[in-house]
Amino acid sequence: MLLKDEVGMLQRVPLFSGIEPTKLKLLAFTSDRVSYGAGQILFRQGDEGDAAYVILSGRADILVDSDSGPIKVAELMPNSIVGEIAILCNSSRTATVRAASPLEALRIRKDHFLRLMKEFPEMTIEILRVLADRLNHTTADLIDARSAK
Amino acid sequence: MEPSLARYIWTHTKKQQLWILMIVVLSMVPYFMSFDLPKLIVNGPIQGGGFEQPGATQPFMRLHYNLPFIGEVQFFSGFQLDRNATLFALSLVFLLLVIINGLFKLYINTYKGRLGERMLRRIRFDLVDRVLRFPPVYFKRVKSAEVATMVKDEVEPLGGFIGDAFVQPVLLGGQALTAMLFIMVQNVWLGMIAAVIVGIQIVLIPRMRRRLIVLGRERQLTARALSGRVGEIVDGIGAVHVHDTSNYERADIAARLGLIFKIRFDLYQWKFMVKFLNNFLAQLTPFLFYMIGGYLVIQGRLDVGQLVAVIGAYKDLPGPMKELIDWDQARQDVQVKYQQVVEQFTVEDLIAPRIGALTIDDPAPMTNPLSAVSLSMVDDGGAMLLNRISLQIKPGETVALVSTTTGGAEALAEAFARLNWPDSGRVASGADDLLELPEAVTGRRMSYASSDVFLFQASLRDNLLYGLKHAPLTSVPYDGAAADQRRWNIQEARRSGNPELDIHSDWINYASAGATGPHDLFEAVRRVLDAVVLSRDILDLGLRSSADLTRHTELARRIVELRAALRTRLEHEGLSGLVAPFEPGAYNKEATIGQNLLFGAAAGPELADRALAANPYFASVLKQAGLDRTFYEMGMEIAEQAIELFADLPPDHQFFQQLAFMSAEEIPAYESLLQRLKNRPYEAVSESDRAMIVTLSFAYIEPRHRFGLLSDELMSKIVAARNRFYENLPPELQNAVERYDPAKYIAAATVMDNVLFGRVGNNHPDAPDRIRSIVYDILDELGLYAELLDVGLDFNVGSGGRRLTGGQRQKLDVARALLKRPDFLILNRPLSALDQRMQDKVLRNVLEEARRDGHSPAIVWVVTNPAMAMMFDRVIVFDSGQLVEDGTHETLLAGSGIFKELLS
Repeated sequence: MLLKDEVGMLQRVPLFSGIEPTKLKLLAFTSDRVSYGAGQILFRQGDEGDAAYVILSGRADILVDSDSGPIKVAELMPNSIVGEIAILCNSSRTATVRAASPLEALRIRKDHFLRLMKEFPEMTIEILRVLADRLNHTTADLIDARSAK
Repeated sequence: MEPSLARYIWTHTKKQQLWILMIVVLSMVPYFMSFDLPKLIVNGPIQGGGFEQPGATQPFMRLHYNLPFIGEVQFFSGFQLDRNATLFALSLVFLLLVIINGLFKLYINTYKGRLGERMLRRIRFDLVDRVLRFPPVYFKRVKSAEVATMVKDEVEPLGGFIGDAFVQPVLLGGQALTAMLFIMVQNVWLGMIAAVIVGIQIVLIPRMRRRLIVLGRERQLTARALSGRVGEIVDGIGAVHVHDTSNYERADIAARLGLIFKIRFDLYQWKFMVKFLNNFLAQLTPFLFYMIGGYLVIQGRLDVGQLVAVIGAYKDLPGPMKELIDWDQARQDVQVKYQQVVEQFTVEDLIAPRIGALTIDDPAPMTNPLSAVSLSMVDDGGAMLLNRISLQIKPGETVALVSTTTGGAEALAEAFARLNWPDSGRVASGADDLLELPEAVTGRRMSYASSDVFLFQASLRDNLLYGLKHAPLTSVPYDGAAADQRRWNIQEARRSGNPELDIHSDWINYASAGATGPHDLFEAVRRVLDAVVLSRDILDLGLRSSADLTRHTELARRIVELRAALRTRLEHEGLSGLVAPFEPGAYNKEATIGQNLLFGAAAGPELADRALAANPYFASVLKQAGLDRTFYEMGMEIAEQAIELFADLPPDHQFFQQLAFMSAEEIPAYESLLQRLKNRPYEAVSESDRAMIVTLSFAYIEPRHRFGLLSDELMSKIVAARNRFYENLPPELQNAVERYDPAKYIAAATVMDNVLFGRVGNNHPDAPDRIRSIVYDILDELGLYAELLDVGLDFNVGSGGRRLTGGQRQKLDVARALLKRPDFLILNRPLSALDQRMQDKVLRNVLEEARRDGHSPAIVWVVTNPAMAMMFDRVIVFDSGQLVEDGTHETLLAGSGIFKELLS
């Protein structure tokens, strides 16, 4: 996959959809293109967050440790971004991400990601929107869980 | 040191001075003969004096003397020569005298020069010898650059003066006196006039010179202070930049230079003023001769002949006088310099020479306890660090010194290491005062490491083994020219009062490291490095550096085996995808195009980096392969892409780290180049512009940059060009590149590159770490671990060890202290740069390593954290310079003292 194809992929990621193509190209160029075999780990729960990943092709599982071993909580499809939370909060990874099939991804380093946010407010707003959305969901889930009790 | 320069010179060179004086006097004989000869030649054969008759002859080389009482005695009647023959004979004699005079001069100058150089060597050695014996307190006040400048620059002029120190005044004084006497004989009154003027010169000039001496001293002091400040700027450059004080430093230096200029200018003014006066006085005498002498002649009290003779004789007086005065000036100058230096090097409490005397045989172990007896230590400002402490460390016990911030445990450790001397009380080994023991005992049976590490600018190995180099242990066999050179070295060293110790001897005391020689020393080294957890760092350094193949032959010999082992291992673990190996007939996608073309390591500047595209032979190969245009177009494409991506970014943007093709500073140049070349046909582009563009394509790696510029056809063309390049490689480039050969070690490449013999894939972020640990495994399996560690030990630590991190330096210092296997190991907060976990680990390792093979040294450890005290037999607690608690860990913990407080 070439740089220009990656730009096309990035455009389809909601987070980056508002950013002009030349900037996306720069983002793609300065990111590392990484590939994993099925079963390989992108990052582990508890690791320090040093990069975010955009899945270009293949699938990955999001796993959370529990007393009875890792539980799969979600699945990642192409065009999705993962790992951006740990970058933003300076916290450790809240989940493990494991490739479920041969996987191609763009690895965006933490400092690059933060720099981009500084330079492109539209991207920051988009991230805020996604986060607020997630909070909404979480709150709704919480209410459901409480009322179900 | 001898305060008077003249006496210092006389003491060490009186024989030589007398000898040279004798030679100088002897040289006067042919010198004066050559004065008389031209007259003989002109009057005799040329003007025909004595050859009035045709065919007349004159005796040549007739030896006859008029002796008192005996009358004329003829020793040799001489040869009878005619006019022409006499001319030739006398001219030849003249030539002979010229040669003899020249040879005398040559001998005298060489002799004087050598004498001066030997004395200079002696002075410098004496000075450094003193530095080695200064008491510790002195070094807190003096700047190293100032000491260096004294040893190097300030004594330098002494060398030139020493040869003339005694000869010159005797000789010139003699000449001046003769001329004076001659004038006196001609006419007493005129003689008196000349004598009075000379007297004024002798009295007045030195008086005026006094100011010169004062200025000279100031000049020396300010210059020394300047070099001290320059040294400080260099050492403290970090602080200068961190605090934005570079302009303050500029101002300081400018002010100092201004002062130096003023002093030097004053000096010049005075110097020429004195010179003017001196010349004036010298010229005043003839004026008086003409006036007074002339008056006397007119009066008839003096005849003309006498006056002319006096004026003629006076001609010979100013020359020697002037030189004598110059000599005196030089004398005062060097005397001042010498005194200044000697003053600085005259220090009280110099360490006695016997303390540092050379001792070949190892001293017996220290079996007596180490003790402090009512010991008080004071810092430079007078504050009390330790207040009358008494304690005893028994052989074999391990003691943790725990201290509050003002406790003073460090001062005790420094006292035991003799780095600071007691203010009162003493430190002792058994009944002996520790300060009275020779360093041969304390330096070999005790060792010390602290947080304040000094490393020499040398390899890691040299720094590690430094603590074992006490004495030359082998006598090196020299033969042939080397033996002559060695003999000469010894002889010259003796003549200058230097020691004859051979720096090329093996100084390493293997026995004290528990080894028997160079072959098994490595085991000991490896163990101490493992103990301080430094081996891994050194292995990494080894992997990243290129090995010296004259030393590490094993690595080169087994490289094929190594590479094969790595491949097998990677395949076995299913990791083959991590590394793309170099294969002579194939394109390596993970390497740059440039690397694929050259397929070798550049061993010289001709084919390295940017020079590759501009190399004419390389360019011609590309042309023949039909690739020149392709790469140009590719370079243009890359330039466009790079500029599109990066042109808007500020030059310090971190994204530029990702741009392998060009630096941020080059962007504008490429931007304008691109505009200029955009629509120009390839043929019209100049060679240098082409190279600029082509070089961009050489940095391209498809999987990393992903511009889609590489096709299968292009790759096979590149491989073909590679072969063509090596087929006709011109002789001048044979040594500029080492071709990748699966069966050969590449000397110019790093060890890692050699083992890997390929490129790590760009798509695997954790690949480098995984590969590295696999490589270590393989090296260990093949028994090459030690060899790699040895490569790492070649690493030069840089000035003051600054190429290592603070933690690495401290670890190295501890390793160095351990390697000696001492009876008393004193560690003064040795690992402060490490985190607590690492400190604990190293502490445990060190305690274990120190006691290996039944050794049981006493270990005194000033700990940074009271919790570390748990590992020791005994804990001593200090607070405000007092020893407050002393006991085992358990007893102190059970009590309710400061130790418990510190722990909570």
